[in-house]
Amino acid sequence: MGLFQIFGFGPGGWGLAMLEGAAMTLLVSACGLLIGAAIGALVAWARLSRHRPSGALGEAYAALFRGLPELLVVYFVYFGTSTLLTDLANLVGYQGFVGVPSFLAGALAVGVISGAYQAEVYRAGYLAIARGELEAAVSVGMDRLLMFRRIVAPQVLRFALPGLGNLWQVALKDSSLISVTGLAELMRVSQIGAGSTHQPFAFYLGGMALYLVMTLVSTRLFDAAEARATRGLRRVAAG
Amino acid sequence: MGSKFLKSVVVGASLAAALAAAPAAFAKDWKTVVIGMEGAYEPWNLTDSSGHIVGFEVDLANDLCKRINVECKIIAQDWDGMIPGLKAGKFDVIMDGMSITEERKKEIDFSKPYAAPPAAFMAAKGSDIAKALGPGKVVNATKDPAAKDAAVKAVQAALKGKTIGVQVSTTHANFASKYLKDIATIKEYKTTDERDLDLKSGRIDIALDDYPTIAAALDKPDAKDFGIVGPEFIGDVFGVGEGMGLRKSDADLTARFNKALDAAFADGSVKRYSLKWFKIDTTP
Amino acid sequence: MDWGFIGATFLRLIAAVPLTLEVWLSSVILGAVVAAGVTWMRVSDSRPLKAVARAYVAVFRGTPLLIQLFIVYYGLASLPAVRHSLFWPFLRDAFDCAVLSLGLCTAGYQAEIFRGALIAVPHGQVEAARACGMSGLLLFRRIIFPIALRHGLPAYSTEMISMVKATALVSLITLWDVMSVALKIRNDTLVTYLPLVLAGAIYFVVNYAIGAAFLALERRLSPHLRARTS
Repeated sequence: MGLFQIFGFGPGGWGLAMLEGAAMTLLVSACGLLIGAAIGALVAWARLSRHRPSGALGEAYAALFRGLPELLVVYFVYFGTSTLLTDLANLVGYQGFVGVPSFLAGALAVGVISGAYQAEVYRAGYLAIARGELEAAVSVGMDRLLMFRRIVAPQVLRFALPGLGNLWQVALKDSSLISVTGLAELMRVSQIGAGSTHQPFAFYLGGMALYLVMTLVSTRLFDAAEARATRGLRRVAAG
Repeated sequence: MGSKFLKSVVVGASLAAALAAAPAAFAKDWKTVVIGMEGAYEPWNLTDSSGHIVGFEVDLANDLCKRINVECKIIAQDWDGMIPGLKAGKFDVIMDGMSITEERKKEIDFSKPYAAPPAAFMAAKGSDIAKALGPGKVVNATKDPAAKDAAVKAVQAALKGKTIGVQVSTTHANFASKYLKDIATIKEYKTTDERDLDLKSGRIDIALDDYPTIAAALDKPDAKDFGIVGPEFIGDVFGVGEGMGLRKSDADLTARFNKALDAAFADGSVKRYSLKWFKIDTTP
Repeated sequence: MDWGFIGATFLRLIAAVPLTLEVWLSSVILGAVVAAGVTWMRVSDSRPLKAVARAYVAVFRGTPLLIQLFIVYYGLASLPAVRHSLFWPFLRDAFDCAVLSLGLCTAGYQAEIFRGALIAVPHGQVEAARACGMSGLLLFRRIIFPIALRHGLPAYSTEMISMVKATALVSLITLWDVMSVALKIRNDTLVTYLPLVLAGAIYFVVNYAIGAAFLALERRLSPHLRARTS
């Protein structure tokens, strides 16, 4: 089959499957990033707290997932979450298995790793907030929730944007490792297409091109978001 | 904050987990059966360009599920995670050209075999190996152990210093490590497609897999320079045929599938699927 | 606790560490060489060279290493032109493919680190050196390199550790590194977690050692930042 037919959208054409794979990659990476944001916020909060054990726990989490290969984490999360949830459920007297679908396991794996790095970004973002603003908020009588909502969160996000942009790209690339769990994201579709048609060069190059488009578009979007978020802010180096 | 908060988090999480698993709750009532396949083991199961899994085992699975009145759901899973996935509850049945062996029986249960093809070697026509091993010939290890020993010796002699490719964790990998360990270089691949690519590019000299898979690979347009060579083994490390893998705790489901298989054998359905996908009748 | 099994598994995994380290070291060195070239192009005055360097970095940092690895190992081997070229003896070998692919990938990241380190060299120092008559290699060796080295070390250390983690991917192209031995033990014995946990511990220790080594190097190179003892 000619190259156009293989990648085309007609019968026997893999074009649609590849695009669906790319969509799946975007989806699972986004979910992973969100899970990572939740975990990262939690770990950053632990590391910033004055409570020594929390700080140590936070640092241990970050050290652990920065020292383990991502592929290992993917295998572990994929098989481990089902077993863990099943055991937990059995504890409350529930029989049978608790299944965790590949999508969720994959997003969790990406998120767990991303969280370790996001924690660092959020922590740095928090430390960059002027102490004076926090003092002023307290003296005006804001409670902690309001202060978080009005003062801390917007500024942390603004400082964290460059780091988050980079971590989004990392999440996109880490999602390719989820292919080992059978989820039909872009890497796996490329693999199956390559194996089925015996045209690995075409499929892997095509997959690589799609990933590149995703990262280039993401970079543009994040640069634009950064420009908007930091308007009016005087910084040492731009972009 | 503190222990009260923590306790409510744990209770909430377990409740959420239990609720999320509600669909899987009917484990004993078997309304839905989830079947794990590679989707990359042509012609047993393969993924077509629209992303659907098709193949011999898909046809057979749908047939059997209809007979025992359950809904079949097929999900993709890499071969090397099949048994761990089954035990972790990711699916209820493995149907992936998995041979029934004593080793595996220690961990999981099997249905009756639904196919029993021989194993086969594939190499480039006209290569040293092809010349040394000659064309394909069936050798039944259980019926004729002496012939099997002679065939194994022939293989060992022909493969000395060569490279053989097999898929990880298969009976074929076991054959290679049992008989060819210090004789040939053994390369193990996650999927058969990757191994076939390496055979085509010359990184390996010979491949070993089961007959239907080899035949399907040879059917592809770029395989015209390759052919089946040497002994086609039945038995010994290759097991007694391919069957469905189930958890030991699901003996009731195994029994139901066995009954369905008996019916499928009796009315010739299995033979029909076999001829459609394998071009030969592999009914045991 | 089957200590015998744990011990045997651990020994089998340790036996695979040399291959992992070989892949790591070779690809890091290849990457450094390629990155030096890419950085040279990037800081040059030529627009086309700059563009090529930026494209290189965008491609190798913007796509997953896994797909790059598969293109080099499976993709290139499927092209008749490659099989008949003089590169085939190298590209035929899984180890060489792994080193090539990992090396090209890390070069993209290392180039960015080099560039950031070079930017951090204060221009005043370079001007002063030029005023003294230093130029070319001497300028680089005496002024630019030491300062850039100090600035780039933390990021370089992170990249070195990323590379160790990246070597786990070579398990997917038939190489017997720590990851693939762990998976094989898991498949053969059906003990799901122990091999993975032990492999994880080994990777963690290796990464910790590398991180500590780089930290010691940073301390040595920054005597002016060390805490005063008197």
